[in-house]
Amino acid sequence: MIDSPEKILVPQSELLLSPHWAEVMDITPEAEGISTYWLRFTDPVEQETFRFEPGQFNMVYLPGFGESAISISSDPNDHEKLGHTIRFVGNVTRAVSRLKVGDIVGLRGPFGTYWPMREMEGKDVFISCGGIGLPPLRPAIYHIIRNREKYGKVTLLYGSRTSSDLMFPKEYESWRNANIDVEVTVDRGDANWNGRVGVVPMWFYQFRIDPRKTAVLTCGPEIMIRFVIYEAMARRVPVESIYVSLERNMKCGQGSCGHCQMGPYFICKDGPVFRFDELQSFFNVEEF
Amino acid sequence: MPTERIPEIGSTVTIQKPAFNSILSRLKEDGYLPIGPRLKDEALVYAPIDKIEDLPQGVSTVQKPGYYRLTRGKHMRYFDIIPGAHSWKQFLFPSRAELFKLQKNGREWERLPEKEEPVNYAFIGVRACELAAIQIQDNIFMRSDFTDPIYQAHRKRVFIVSVNCTHPSETCFCTSMGTGPRVKDSYDLDLTELDDVFVLTIGSELGKRLMTGIPFEDASGYIRTNVEHKLEHAEQQMRRKLDTTDLPELILNHLDHPYWNEIGKRCLSCANCTQVCPTCFCWDTVDEISLDGQTTGRARVWDSCFNPGYSYQAGGNTRPTIYSRYRQWMSHKLGTWKQQYGTLGCVGCGRCITWCPAEIDITEEVAALRNEVER
Repeated sequence: MIDSPEKILVPQSELLLSPHWAEVMDITPEAEGISTYWLRFTDPVEQETFRFEPGQFNMVYLPGFGESAISISSDPNDHEKLGHTIRFVGNVTRAVSRLKVGDIVGLRGPFGTYWPMREMEGKDVFISCGGIGLPPLRPAIYHIIRNREKYGKVTLLYGSRTSSDLMFPKEYESWRNANIDVEVTVDRGDANWNGRVGVVPMWFYQFRIDPRKTAVLTCGPEIMIRFVIYEAMARRVPVESIYVSLERNMKCGQGSCGHCQMGPYFICKDGPVFRFDELQSFFNVEEF
Repeated sequence: MPTERIPEIGSTVTIQKPAFNSILSRLKEDGYLPIGPRLKDEALVYAPIDKIEDLPQGVSTVQKPGYYRLTRGKHMRYFDIIPGAHSWKQFLFPSRAELFKLQKNGREWERLPEKEEPVNYAFIGVRACELAAIQIQDNIFMRSDFTDPIYQAHRKRVFIVSVNCTHPSETCFCTSMGTGPRVKDSYDLDLTELDDVFVLTIGSELGKRLMTGIPFEDASGYIRTNVEHKLEHAEQQMRRKLDTTDLPELILNHLDHPYWNEIGKRCLSCANCTQVCPTCFCWDTVDEISLDGQTTGRARVWDSCFNPGYSYQAGGNTRPTIYSRYRQWMSHKLGTWKQQYGTLGCVGCGRCITWCPAEIDITEEVAALRNEVER
């Protein structure tokens, strides 16, 4: 937890075997095929003691269907419930789409590395993400808002395919009120949209970034991440100040099953959040 | 009287071959399930054994890339046969293990009690390369920050009789990887087979206890020299080499070399190499549900980086081509493994060479890549 780092729960081996049960308290439809599931552990003690860092994920389990790695999209300081924003795209998540309030799911976690909230204190923060890449960053935004005085200029450059695919649009106003520059773009404009049009990296140049004191956080489709990094590097942001959250096929969450490997890393354990200099030597190797 | 003495830990003794049956029956009395080399369908497998007569006496193998045949009648030894597709991995890291079973109770799921008890295995005939492979898997499944409960439950109980290799096969290259043919440590009993006797070195308290009451003689200078000569001869016989000089760098600095494509054209992505490999550890989960929807279970099964589903996720496959999967396999074994676990992931057992239907030879591919890079 941000305010008490020594209390980070280290996943125990036992977690490999046991899902911990949680009840669906509420379901918020976010966009076509994407909803946020608000979960609460059935064990009140577990709910009270569960802590996570912004950027970490849980394995969400549906008995009979399987598990899916889903980042936690809710406020890390909200100890009442956990939000998981889920796109219905695979076997497990399509079954998730049929869940109703009151249903029970399994959870294992939290797993993985997290956004460098503490290292970024005193710096400007430039968050550049696309599509379903915003949910893993929302806990970081909540943290910044709660500790706004600790950060300099904060910008969110966010894009989605169309205006109806945008995540959390109702919250942008409150984020802006917290002195975060929220800039939104869509790949394809339509009658409902009179804002920016174009992919996220395309707009990057418009923002005056001070490379000496800005941390860039990015998450989204890998192709977008790639170009955000190019743009950040072109603005002379050092690779040590660029943070990336990656997605891979994850099965165990503990760097054991091998699926999520990228070079020497198990994305589930050594990631999903990396400082870009850790990835740089093989990030552009095709199909690696 | 020799029978009243017990050999000390670290001492080397000889026993008559039939006396090995006493060791096996004593292991069984102690609750162990002895597993050893046996013949099945004209191949060597690892399976439960009761007595030394279960072992393939007088049998050897001829192994070449994509080739495995038994030969008979050249000797009368029990352990002088290089392993087949089986490795000990299947016992410590079973190809299928149940993680849990659940029963539906209203809207909730209750965990059913486990019924699988860990087995006390006694591995009879573990080669030096295989022992090295077990140690490599120890690093994977018993990390400081994560211990695999299934692996650990079996591993901490296992009893090991290691065997020194005196006649390596043509696909062996353990000398290059520094793992064999000589067993160094981490055994309970270490065995070298001569024509008339077994030479045993006692490696642990348990190994010592099993020798109680078994007639033995201290190994004579002649016997010791004989064993040394056999092992030196075995080392010299091993002609296949893998040059490990700067090996992780050679591979990781040339991930985009066109040579990977050349291997990709021959590789069938059949996953044989990963299934026979004694260090490959990737696994997948399988969820099964009863037709009435009331019970479900989750098992873990061996997986392979050559399987198309291995790197599949929403949005596509990270490694859709065969060349990229081969590169993943080899760059992990001989490259990134070192960063992850401090050693290479290859012990030089040669299984991936023997069991590759396309006759791809990891030692030749590394040499060819080196050649291409240095050209």
